[in-house]
Amino acid sequence: MIELANVSKKYGGRRALAGVSLTLPKGKIIGLVGENGSGKTTMLKLIAGLLTPDGGKVTYEGRPVTRRIASAIAYMPDTDLFYPYFTVAQLFDFYDSQFTDFDLLKATEIAQFLNVSLDSKIKHLSKGNRGRVKIAVTLGREASYYLLDEPFSGLDPMVREDIAKGLIRFTDTETQTVLMSTHELKDVEPLLDEIVVLRSGQIIAREAVDDIRNEYGMDATSWMVSLFREKQ
Amino acid sequence: MGIDFLPDKPIYQQLIERIVGDVIRGTLSPGEKLPSVREYAVTVGVNANTMQRVYKELEQMEITETRRGQGSFVTEDVRRIVELRDEMKEQLVSSFIQSVEALGFTASEMISYLQERGGEND
Repeated sequence: MIELANVSKKYGGRRALAGVSLTLPKGKIIGLVGENGSGKTTMLKLIAGLLTPDGGKVTYEGRPVTRRIASAIAYMPDTDLFYPYFTVAQLFDFYDSQFTDFDLLKATEIAQFLNVSLDSKIKHLSKGNRGRVKIAVTLGREASYYLLDEPFSGLDPMVREDIAKGLIRFTDTETQTVLMSTHELKDVEPLLDEIVVLRSGQIIAREAVDDIRNEYGMDATSWMVSLFREKQ
Repeated sequence: MGIDFLPDKPIYQQLIERIVGDVIRGTLSPGEKLPSVREYAVTVGVNANTMQRVYKELEQMEITETRRGQGSFVTEDVRRIVELRDEMKEQLVSSFIQSVEALGFTASEMISYLQERGGEND
């Protein structure tokens, strides 16, 4: 289990996260939503061990998270960070050399499922195919947590659908947890068990998607809009 | 992505209705094997936990049965399917009556209109 206890983070004088507490149990797909600058990426990076909190604690299975957590958690940033001169197959080999939980067969199967050729050079791929490769190397790891920063952003509907199907097909909801930030709540809602809403560095709500529809009679997007109106 | 869902009802309920509809219509026949939870989840684009819940509730409703190691199958109990059909008919008619009553139509007015229309279509 991952736990954030009263976590704060500042960049210079600007407060990015303020006293955030959250537990992420195993076996859920959780959406992290909120406006630009609300602290979503900061939160993911703190959990991934890429940032250290200024206050509070982030723990994984009871131990404080450090950079070494990378061996148990697969983090997918929203930026391109591949060597452009690699082929997809070379990229997979590179990941295989870096992560003990990387499963070359699984990654290859995902690439096939998403119709990406292993022989293509990264620099020759379209943006959509780079998005597909990114999800393939991330889900190619048998991690207990996947942290995905905006996996659908800037991609066309066909690529978004492929990535969503890859996510359903290649994660095990009994043992693995996905936490993903997103602006495309309407598209992503059917994939989610729960939604965490961030605003100005604080969690203002956390609900199960079924409960939102049951109790408020509206979908997650309308619920989020009403939440933001209320708090203004 | 996948299929479109209505906004005011939980997604698992809409999926149950979709499968029940397939059984009533006969698109899914008695004894037919359903896709695995994950396969179905990928096809309709929902979380596997949601699909798991759908399959569990269908089984509790005795619309499907799980055979160990083989997966889920539509019930072979034809009486259950007839019952399901009747339940659906009752639901549709109740909501129809509610809407027409709300607008002030009388039952006899609607019945004679339905007969007139039904006659044209037969």
